Amino acid sequence: MAKQEVCVTPEECKSSQFWMLLGLGGLVVLAGLYAFFTLEHHGHVLTGMNNQVVWGLPHVFAVFLIVAASGVLNVASIGSVFGKQIYKARAPLSGLLAIAMMVGGLAILVLDLGRPERLIVAMTHYNFKSIFAWNMIFYNGFFAIVGLYLITLLYRKWKPMSKPMGFLAFFWRLALTTATGSIFGFLTARSGYNSALMAPMFIINSFAYGLAVFMVVQSSMYRWNNLRLDEGIRRRMKNLLAVFVGASLYFTLVFHITNLYWAKQWDFERFILVDGGIYTLIFWVGQVVLGGIIPVILLFMPRSQEGQRICFCFAAPLLVILGGLAFMYVTIVGGQVFPMDMFPGYAVSSTFQDGVIASYNPSIWELMLGLGGIGIAFVATVVAVRVLKFMPQDDFTTMYMRRSTD
Amino acid sequence: MASILDRLRTLALAGAMAGMAMAAGGLQAGVDLPKLERGKGDKCVEETQFMRRNHMELLKHHRDETMHKGIRTPKHSLKGCVECHAGAKTGSVAASKEDFCSACHAYASVKLDCWDCHATKPGKRPIHSIPSTAGAAMPPMDSGMAGGHR
Amino acid sequence: MSEQMNHPQSDQDQADRRNFLKASAAAAGLTVAPGVLLYGIAHSRPEDQAVSDKVRWGMLIDTTKCAADCNACVTACNTENALEGRTGPQDSQWIRKVSIKNLQTGAEHHLPMPCQHCEHPPCVDVCPTGASFKRADGIVLVDRHICIGCRYCMMACPYKARSFVHEPLTEQNPEVPRGKGCVESCTFCVQRVDRDETPACVEACTADGHMAMLFGDLNDPESEIAKALKGQRTTEIRADLRLNTGVRYQGI
Repeated sequence: MAKQEVCVTPEECKSSQFWMLLGLGGLVVLAGLYAFFTLEHHGHVLTGMNNQVVWGLPHVFAVFLIVAASGVLNVASIGSVFGKQIYKARAPLSGLLAIAMMVGGLAILVLDLGRPERLIVAMTHYNFKSIFAWNMIFYNGFFAIVGLYLITLLYRKWKPMSKPMGFLAFFWRLALTTATGSIFGFLTARSGYNSALMAPMFIINSFAYGLAVFMVVQSSMYRWNNLRLDEGIRRRMKNLLAVFVGASLYFTLVFHITNLYWAKQWDFERFILVDGGIYTLIFWVGQVVLGGIIPVILLFMPRSQEGQRICFCFAAPLLVILGGLAFMYVTIVGGQVFPMDMFPGYAVSSTFQDGVIASYNPSIWELMLGLGGIGIAFVATVVAVRVLKFMPQDDFTTMYMRRSTD
Repeated sequence: MASILDRLRTLALAGAMAGMAMAAGGLQAGVDLPKLERGKGDKCVEETQFMRRNHMELLKHHRDETMHKGIRTPKHSLKGCVECHAGAKTGSVAASKEDFCSACHAYASVKLDCWDCHATKPGKRPIHSIPSTAGAAMPPMDSGMAGGHR
Repeated sequence: MSEQMNHPQSDQDQADRRNFLKASAAAAGLTVAPGVLLYGIAHSRPEDQAVSDKVRWGMLIDTTKCAADCNACVTACNTENALEGRTGPQDSQWIRKVSIKNLQTGAEHHLPMPCQHCEHPPCVDVCPTGASFKRADGIVLVDRHICIGCRYCMMACPYKARSFVHEPLTEQNPEVPRGKGCVESCTFCVQRVDRDETPACVEACTADGHMAMLFGDLNDPESEIAKALKGQRTTEIRADLRLNTGVRYQGI
């Protein structure tokens, strides 16, 4: 590895672009913080969340970021755990994105709490029967482990430790996403959740979302630095993404087919798949078509003879990210608006929206809070990429020699 | 972490107390001491000096006793504090800057969040308007809490 | 259904308890405080003694006696706990009247729905900080001092028993602290139970002459509620979840 440098190319050292990105991200973060202080002062009355839909738009962004954070670490794992050279060169960026997105996601979750000033309570009182408490432990451990892993990747002296740390990080992130999926999977009372498939589905989705985020960031970084990503590398990553998105579609299919097998789940499935209005729309258009089928088609689009450059290495992963947000919205909000069946065989009514589809209209404050979390992840990434060497450093001589064995 | 915070808080409080003690001893403090209204009754449930230093511990202990064990003895209960120390003007312990809790906490710069949930005024038990049919002649407990009264 | 509620108790315990109760009942009476009826000043539990798991508080609701247009339990709950009584999507409702209609037969029933005070409450299982807890005598509560307002308990509750306080509050009942950013729910009027009164909803239902709600100790075989549960078929809502609720229904 060459001597530590702040920027790879002279272009990268141009400050204006950096400051512009930082300013943009900073504004989004400020908007998020403004939303937080407003909500903290007035209470959640300003949000669209209510006693039926207790988790809303902030949680859609937060859970997406947390799931994608764990998934983006896959790039590093493929390098360290499975020894693929081109992924090894991307491991530091992967670790950085993992930490940045985890910070962003957790920030949203914490700032949305009813009593955010009691974060210290959440850190000192643990109910070990609660999967939520386990998640907090996994999140904190994630920072420690990925942080150490990054150090082993960035400092030559610690390099030998990067393999065992990579293993640890890999298993930790699998456990983390299992726990995140189980937050929903363990909700036995609600038809929309209560499924053992939640955890594995979250894991496979995290693979797709994480790689998608990585590809978008990588494409942007290369473009801004006027660099061109090697064709072979692009091809491999897009093929891998296509496999992940395909697997994610498969899990979606299995999840709904198993539900359709049980009579007690028919009403819920009819709601999501057929007559759920906005939720049905987001499911089919957002999650399945835009976030699944179209990216797969784009990624497998045959290249024309002369148009070697068509890859959709930016557009396709961007759609996958959109699809991920759609999945979170349908899962988190759609699962809550559907009424719980307390009296099977009866029509139910009350002053508390029993027996009816609950309404949820997210407010601008929630959107600001959610985007603020993305802003935090963005700013953290921009700053880190500026001051440390996270730009992938491909050593093409060794890579081409090894390509046949990869 | 919590213990560190606790310690810091105790330290800050000890500092404030020391400030008060000095002022009481005739030394000039930077800020005027809060003028506190005397509570109702002869004296507090504990020595004043002890209460200044330890009321939060007593309250915290008692809150857990009440919350988790259902022990509602008036001594050391927040409700008890409020009943005695509610200000004559506001009828509250924290409605104005002169009220008992606010005055001292402002002086010591210690923020407290008790009043987010707890009433700052002593209150009567809620009056339930019982329909005419029943009134005072209601059968005691027989239909209800049968277990406790046999 | 009711068998599993009755923990085996030594006869000695039972005898002690009953003797004690008899003794204190001698001093019991009907005292009228200003505007308030106090049902018996006898304390089955000394003031400074912790609640014990020898008692399990429960409620039996007879839906055949619950009138469609009566809202007395809800009103009493709002008064007792200083709830605003509004029914918007962001307002707290600790007990609500639910109307159900059989889709095949068209039979209609009405019933009040408070927190079901489960023996195995999902809200307690999922609470990350342990703020959601079950008292030894079976009453499920939220310790607002450590509730961080994450609302996971509301996701987990099969009965939608819980509400989140969306706005800053004032004018609380001194005995019922509640405030912005915490989750809350029916407490069986724990402040009343601790001084040997029935929950406000039960009192109101009885006072209104409906007698649809019965409150008492499920563990005491002599209690009216235990006898009633032994004598007839009662229903546990969402019995499939095996939560062993403290609130039981008959007539549905």
